[in-house]
Amino acid sequence: MSRLEQTFRESGRRTLLMPYITGGYPDVDGCRRVLEAFVAGGADIIELGVPFSDPLADGPVVQASAQAALDAGVTLKDVLRLAAEFSDRLPVVLLVYYNCVYAYGQERFLREAAAAGVDGLVVPDLPVDEAEEFMAGCHREGIDPILLVAPTSSDERIERIAGSASGFIYCVSVAGVTGARTELSDSLPSFLAKVRDRTDVPLAVGFGVSDAEQAAEVSKHADGVIIGSRLISIVNEAGDIEKACDAVESFLCEVNRVLV
Amino acid sequence: MSVPSRFGEYGGRYIPETVIPALDELARAYGELKDDTGFRQELQGLLKTFVGRPTPLYHASHLSEKAGGARVYLKREDLCHTGAHKLNNTVGQILLAKHMGKTRVIAETGAGQHGVASATAAALFGLPCVVYMGEEDIRRQELNVVRMKLLGAEVVPVSSGSRTLKDAINEAIRDWVTNIEDTYYIIGSVVGPAPYPAIVRDFQTVIGEEAREQALELEGRLPDEIIACVGGGSNSIGIFTPFLDDAGVQLTGVEAAGEGLETGRHGASITAGRRGVLHGSLSYLLQDEFGQILEAHSISAGLDYPGVGPEHAFLHDEGRVDYRSVTDREALDAFVLLSESEGIIPALESAHAIAHVLKADGYSKDDFIVINLSGRGDKDVHQAAEALGLAQ
Repeated sequence: MSRLEQTFRESGRRTLLMPYITGGYPDVDGCRRVLEAFVAGGADIIELGVPFSDPLADGPVVQASAQAALDAGVTLKDVLRLAAEFSDRLPVVLLVYYNCVYAYGQERFLREAAAAGVDGLVVPDLPVDEAEEFMAGCHREGIDPILLVAPTSSDERIERIAGSASGFIYCVSVAGVTGARTELSDSLPSFLAKVRDRTDVPLAVGFGVSDAEQAAEVSKHADGVIIGSRLISIVNEAGDIEKACDAVESFLCEVNRVLV
Repeated sequence: MSVPSRFGEYGGRYIPETVIPALDELARAYGELKDDTGFRQELQGLLKTFVGRPTPLYHASHLSEKAGGARVYLKREDLCHTGAHKLNNTVGQILLAKHMGKTRVIAETGAGQHGVASATAAALFGLPCVVYMGEEDIRRQELNVVRMKLLGAEVVPVSSGSRTLKDAINEAIRDWVTNIEDTYYIIGSVVGPAPYPAIVRDFQTVIGEEAREQALELEGRLPDEIIACVGGGSNSIGIFTPFLDDAGVQLTGVEAAGEGLETGRHGASITAGRRGVLHGSLSYLLQDEFGQILEAHSISAGLDYPGVGPEHAFLHDEGRVDYRSVTDREALDAFVLLSESEGIIPALESAHAIAHVLKADGYSKDDFIVINLSGRGDKDVHQAAEALGLAQ
């Protein structure tokens, strides 16, 4: 059993908290401190983004953070180093667009990710149909390839995704890009139930979860909740990194208190 | 009938899961409609009476003199309604959208020609249309922005990344992901996830079909060479496709060398790029060692794109099409020459294809050459005036 699956299993029925930050944002050291705040705030799994120039699954907040990281010279190597620093303490999942894997060389990418202790890889632009070779490579390196399922996915596709999934399934809460939203979709519970019917793999929900109230709602139906854009906004609004980390930690503690 | 999703190893559907069912739906609808008699008739009717087809194959005698006396013909796509080949595709796709019951269309645009063609097709069918356009392109192509607005489209400026075509495509895809139920995305070139590259190619193939017939009529034989500019690659695929099996017809694609390939400021994805994944397909790209997409550069907004259609990548690897490049300066010179000597102001994109003929040696009077004049240059006059020092 993979470390991710172990983590879900050991949590019993409590929903896991999975905060996201773009690797190297606001800068490499700042990102390290935000990751410390994730740990202090009670994160169960860390999700770390590899900044990409053309992140077409992301809304404006994550896009801007990726561009800022790239402008500051952050590369994949920096992100892997950050992953390695934290993977002793918590499972780490990397979110990476496929061209960053392809350009680096898939085998080399997976080998170095495994060496950094990365537990799972989310590739938002690699749907299951294109992922066969990638998934096989992940399994060889002991990494869980994390597949996404969307509210638009047909029953047939959900079955296919569920059949290939390991670690957890990333359930996209709404048809859209990442970014905080004021309301959750009404159809989220029925969508999750549909996926649940087809698999025993844990389900984590992301895209649009922006406060404790929504996280609490999600936690009634899901095994994990992913929060990204809201955390980046908190960092942006804080003024300096010290305040940003305090705000991130207290936000995560607040969310953690309401997860069931 | 099924629609191909790969050209050799290129193409595919590297796109978020949310979009996949919509691509399946599109492939299914197109597969059913493409050989449907009613659909074909409706499309052909529009191509004839609305777009203004067939476009002429024109013997450019002065240009011929400059090309070693070869017989040089221009396929006059600049005479299509809205001023470029782009309308062939948008008319076809809007018919698809209508058959699929979509109530809103979106598009991206670089030079603005595809945006205008999308807005025109949407106006024709009474559908609301949103066009994403990079801020940098909005500045360069003001005329087309006004045209789109007059046609009732909403033009949304894109300020992310390089603020050009690539970023406009990202933004259009984001809109599509969000409004997938009711929205049809009209892609403007042979790029994007499958089945788009095949669909756009099919709708543009009318250019080559006509050119083939006209060549046989005018010269009694097939051309020795066909030349077209390549940005995303729709006008070139359109004219090349009916000749792919004619081994005697040399096919030449001309990419933008911008300020020179050696400067790194260019748009020559095939000539100077590497394989990678952008906008849903595997093809050649301008990128750094970590896969970050580089900004393309060209004086022509329509060639200012760091990728290229996957079928071009395949045709390059197969050696069927020869890909060359032409600099901004050479394109500008050709722009002036065609204007002065033939009375035709070409689009800066198409001027790249003209420039290749002027630059290449070794043409003789026995050669029969067809250049795809993909668009007219009205949209480029401000920029040309600036570059040529004609501005007041």
